[in-house]
Amino acid sequence: MKQPQTSRRSFLALAALTPFAVAATSACGTSGPGASSGGGGASMWYLSGEPNQTTMQKAVDAFNPANSADKITVTYFQNDAYKTKIKTAIGANQAPTIIYGWGGGGLKTYAEANQVDDLTGWFDQNPDLKKKFFPSVFGAATVNGKIYALPNQYIAPIVLFYNKDLFQKAGVQPPQTWDDIMSLVKTFNDMGVAPFSLGGQSRWTSMMWLEYLLDRIGGPEVFNAIFEGKPNAWMDPAVIQTGTKIQELVSADGFIKGFSSITADSQADQALLFSGKAAMMLHGSWTYGAMKKAGQNFVQNGKLGFVPFPTVAGGKGDPKNGVGNPAQYMSISSKASDKEKESAKKFFKDGILTDTVIDAYINSGSVPIVNGIENKLNMSEDKEFLNFVYGMAKNAPNFQQSWDQALSPTAAEALLNNIDQLFLKSITPQQFAENMNATLGK
Amino acid sequence: MSNAVSTAPRAAVRPASSKPTEQRKTALAWLTLPALFFFLVFAVVPLAGVLILSFASWDGIGAIGAAGLDNWFSVLADPGLYNALGLTFLIMIVSWLVQTPISLLLGVFTAGSQRYRAALAVLYFLPLLLSSAAVAIAFKALLDPNFGLATGLGLPFLAQDWLGVPQLALGLVIFVIAWQFVPFHTLIYQGGVRQIPKSLYEAAQIDGAGTIKQFFHITLPQLKYTIITSSTLMVVGSLTYFDLIFVLTGGGPGNSTRILALDMYLRGFRANLMGPASVIAVILVIIGLALALFLQRLGGKDKQGSQLEGL
Repeated sequence: MKQPQTSRRSFLALAALTPFAVAATSACGTSGPGASSGGGGASMWYLSGEPNQTTMQKAVDAFNPANSADKITVTYFQNDAYKTKIKTAIGANQAPTIIYGWGGGGLKTYAEANQVDDLTGWFDQNPDLKKKFFPSVFGAATVNGKIYALPNQYIAPIVLFYNKDLFQKAGVQPPQTWDDIMSLVKTFNDMGVAPFSLGGQSRWTSMMWLEYLLDRIGGPEVFNAIFEGKPNAWMDPAVIQTGTKIQELVSADGFIKGFSSITADSQADQALLFSGKAAMMLHGSWTYGAMKKAGQNFVQNGKLGFVPFPTVAGGKGDPKNGVGNPAQYMSISSKASDKEKESAKKFFKDGILTDTVIDAYINSGSVPIVNGIENKLNMSEDKEFLNFVYGMAKNAPNFQQSWDQALSPTAAEALLNNIDQLFLKSITPQQFAENMNATLGK
Repeated sequence: MSNAVSTAPRAAVRPASSKPTEQRKTALAWLTLPALFFFLVFAVVPLAGVLILSFASWDGIGAIGAAGLDNWFSVLADPGLYNALGLTFLIMIVSWLVQTPISLLLGVFTAGSQRYRAALAVLYFLPLLLSSAAVAIAFKALLDPNFGLATGLGLPFLAQDWLGVPQLALGLVIFVIAWQFVPFHTLIYQGGVRQIPKSLYEAAQIDGAGTIKQFFHITLPQLKYTIITSSTLMVVGSLTYFDLIFVLTGGGPGNSTRILALDMYLRGFRANLMGPASVIAVILVIIGLALALFLQRLGGKDKQGSQLEGL
């Protein structure tokens, strides 16, 4: 009698446990704010950090009450964390309806795996929407001649910022050439101030230096060849010269001590500039808004200076060339339901670049990527900076998309890793070029 | 883990003829089913998946294609693998050397009965309550060369580029790991010490042994299996240190803290190379199993023998 009793009991225990196990396993699958909700509305993941988060929240808060059937649910993530999370979610078919990104190589991966919808037809149906944007911003949204993403937000060129107080104190002018930079490095080091702030642990921050230097030295053709995967494109002498110049700057203590333990996400690099611990910083134009918010009137009092990246003697690149993000992009997950896709498209059309949102971007010191904003820019209290960025967007003969976004994720990760080592001087410029050359076509 | 292994031979030694024992064994077999189910779903199936993926090319997003041995050749030819392997073993060995004496001594200390020890023990165990990510973020903020503890307290010697210089970063990683895990091992040793019969110490006292002699001749030998358990957890656990290092240094500066587990993650999820990442995962499994088996063997052949014979 004993045996059947025990086994029945254990069987019951097993039966009782099984649902838990199933629930536990399936919970892993559906816990993300995924695309499984059947009704209306669309989910979106977006970047945390100001001023973007507030602006997006305003846009969503304005859109949702008026479109109760197409509610947008937005979740915010830190920049560096988001880049990994979205890839994993897409691979697991758990992506949100609206996929935020930077276009280029990442978008190409998604498009070629049929994870994002082709929006070409939709743009043809909505010519007014298409005409709203700077024409140049569609480049990074286009894969094999088809548009896979809605450009949005603002143009974000990389700008050389400087602290006007420190320059006045030192009695020097902002740099116009690479030689100016090297002499300023000495001036500021003698003053006990770090010449350049840099959040080197984030690595893409160091990459911005290479992007500009390579353009100034070799012109846009060098990176275009790399982008197209031409054989030995990384072995161009301009790449090696760029690496050499960077290591000269590192050796001359051009960057703040401890730059490789600073991350951009913590915004400590910006704090170094506005707190007067560093004299200059090469960073994205979005930091203007962030410094305006965090910098205790540093920006408001006109202490923040900005200049285009200096020229390099004998270099081929046009000093008006820019690098950075031509725009940010939003795609629609092909795995979302039709209803969700409709909601997302409605938000794209009516919710994302409304006048309120455009004004919010301008107020936070960014240049939205829509036409006909000259008047608004001129009326802003930040008009000096906004016109500087706008002029860069409009007049640049070449605007290079950030390398880590333009290249495939595989090549981009290798690039960031090698840049880190280049800045640490643990590899030579020659080795850097060779290591990168091995990633061509990957 | 060690319990499951040790019951099997013992049961085999017993005469298996009597009926109740057989019945009991069937019942016991039933009871293992839930555990077996979880083990299959969460350990065996993913392991098989990783093994298959190590022969496939997959970017984590698109279609999975066969790659034959390509991943294995490319990973085994990559100097990055050997750098990661070396770092993993370095961190493992140094961590063991640092953590074992500290936790052993703290464990012996906290196993005592004086009242103030309880209060101190609570303090020692605090790091155990914090998640690795939180620990890493806190240390990162404290060690920031410009806005960290050094500036706050005006201690210039603390203002090193802790996470920016390869050797310092590696040392710091080992320190933070120890800070986080010593309390756990202390707890294990504390339990072990409390199991030692008082009569052994009383007998030693009568024989004239002092505190130090008692420690080396009673406490330490009696803790043999505790040391093996704690070391197994430390050594095998160090293969999977990931979250802490990922948040603290991200494997940098350069590749100076890019241990195997982190290398696997970065290859798989950052560089979209799931095939090579799976190869590293398989290597990790093999190393982990080999180490665990080796440490079990250290217990000696008489591991089932009691240490308390004659008591």
